[in-house]
Amino acid sequence: MPLLEIRNLSVDFATASGRFRAVDGVDVTVEPGDLMAIVGESGSGKSVSMLALMGLLPWTATVTADKMEFDGQDLRSLSARAKRQIIGRDISMIFQEPMSSLNPCFTVGFQIKESLKLHTSLDRRQRQDRAVELLELVGIPDPAKRLNAFPHQLSGGMSQRAMIAIALACQPKLLIADEPTTALDVTIQAQILELLTGLQQTAGMAMILITHDMGVVAETVRRVSVQYAGQKVEEQPVEDLFDDPHHPYTAALLAALPERATGKHLPTIKGVVPGQFDRPQGCLFSPRCAFADERCRTIVPPRQPQALGQALCHYPLIDGVPQKSQEVTA
Amino acid sequence: MSTANPSGTSPETGPTTGPILTASHLTRHYEIGGGAFKKPAVVRALNGASFTLTPGRTLAVVGESGCGKSTLARVVTMIEPPTEGELSIGGKLIGPEGASRDRDLRSMVQIVFQDPYGSLNPRQTIGATLMEPLKLNRPEVKAEEREARAREMLELVGLRPEHFERYPHMFSGGQRQRVAVARALMLDPKILVLDEPVSALDLSIQSQILNLLVDLQDRLGLAYLFISHDLSVVRHLADDVMVMYLGRPVEQGPKEDVFAHPRHPYTRSLLSATPVADPRRKRNRIKLEGELPSPLAAPPGCPFNPRCWKATAECREAFPPYEGGVHSYACYHPLDADETMEALADAP
Repeated sequence: MPLLEIRNLSVDFATASGRFRAVDGVDVTVEPGDLMAIVGESGSGKSVSMLALMGLLPWTATVTADKMEFDGQDLRSLSARAKRQIIGRDISMIFQEPMSSLNPCFTVGFQIKESLKLHTSLDRRQRQDRAVELLELVGIPDPAKRLNAFPHQLSGGMSQRAMIAIALACQPKLLIADEPTTALDVTIQAQILELLTGLQQTAGMAMILITHDMGVVAETVRRVSVQYAGQKVEEQPVEDLFDDPHHPYTAALLAALPERATGKHLPTIKGVVPGQFDRPQGCLFSPRCAFADERCRTIVPPRQPQALGQALCHYPLIDGVPQKSQEVTA
Repeated sequence: MSTANPSGTSPETGPTTGPILTASHLTRHYEIGGGAFKKPAVVRALNGASFTLTPGRTLAVVGESGCGKSTLARVVTMIEPPTEGELSIGGKLIGPEGASRDRDLRSMVQIVFQDPYGSLNPRQTIGATLMEPLKLNRPEVKAEEREARAREMLELVGLRPEHFERYPHMFSGGQRQRVAVARALMLDPKILVLDEPVSALDLSIQSQILNLLVDLQDRLGLAYLFISHDLSVVRHLADDVMVMYLGRPVEQGPKEDVFAHPRHPYTRSLLSATPVADPRRKRNRIKLEGELPSPLAAPPGCPFNPRCWKATAECREAFPPYEGGVHSYACYHPLDADETMEALADAP
């Protein structure tokens, strides 16, 4: 049984200029101990879909899903109180800006012990010991002393380690890491990614990494889901995705990587991500797609089978060639 | 289409022309803190950088936060004078006494900032933004000509004529960065300082801006000082690379040499830490221990010694002298050929 199963998740925001659909029919399945990534550019809804799962969206958001199950429990029907028992204990999340996600008024130790106090039955002494243990686990030197440090006394890398310690405090079954290294320098990024994957393996928890960095994806995860304009356009194991992307968007994104460039000019994706008022009728990627035809522009594309990376496309690519014939089979 | 260089100077291209900018031992210190009884602390933000910029070529400066990249940009654009060292732009010398108020000199160097959302005035139309540098620096240019030049520039950077009347909030990040580039080019500069111009942009937009920069350099013969922390972008765009660590250049040389045969351990670990978009590639990654020291308390000797796996006693005593010719490095224990071959397998 999957640890997390989300079917047809949509998130609408009520804005002054009307409804805006940020997430559009996204499916996410995570097995216990899984390590997957959701990649996409800004506005692809990758963070919003996970925030919807955590219940962290503002009141302007309307979340709908056909199914939203975590560990056998239906998250949609749970009361807020019951949901709080799960969120923060069994599912936890770390964010992009370590500096702004820690509370500047309280010590790191207080913030770690706060989540232990809420979710476990440990007494004061045990919480202290566990907090020291956690800081040691995430590689903060001199942990007993650092518990009394305030966030401003820590560097960016150290703050992110402290955030990870808070997230891991109750041994979650699922950790969602939302761009955990984007604000960090590359040598620190390498340290944090190594820490996260190491902990993921030893603790046997599942991890969803949200990122826009294809390099980080390639080196870290096993499975990748690609999102575009709120829709999941493709999902594949990481090697297959980089070898043979089936959705034209994934292919174009990979081709635009400077390190894959052959000449002075990079291949580009023309145009920009559709906004609230210029959402195309058929395939959302059709105005920017090199292979789009009339059918793409008018008819919403079907979901292709697993063998074609579940690509949301009329003409999925095989070895970079669109399969224009009707009988597209694996 | 007509060139955006109406002042009559023909664009110089090719590496045969001499350098347009020469910097030797460029240093910038800041004093911070201090009080009635306390001596102010000195931050050595930039410590002895020497390099040249040549028309039609790109020098990339790479390094992590606090390495002095942005201070370098401020000194080169004459926003701040160097504390020590000499900067010569187009044959004119700028010493520690500061940049002159020479408008011609200042208009030779222009800058594009990282954040296209913060660097454009939200209350000015794109047209007004583009015409402002001319208004301030070339008061003799008539209003009609100003507008004509601004419209011409808009076309050059790939924007449409109707964008002239619009405001920055109506544009996407990539389009705003095009406006920022256009504004920098309004005074026909010879040198463009690009301070992380694509790091705030999405991947699909990033490639559009990088292509634009390549085209403009070809067409106008600009010299680029390209500041970035993204090694894969640097590898794509640069001709020469300068790697900095805590205010000091630790290695510099032609791109091919630095990427293929890094001699400084820091360059090697930077290459190794950069993720590569190839899941099948098995790399033996160098794990750097510890964090960047604060520039306020830079360690004595080579600043990299507390994190370096090759450091010995002499590294802790004095900063190593620069060695090598075109490809120079400052290290007592430079990597040998075997180690640089490993680096080749690791490079992004």
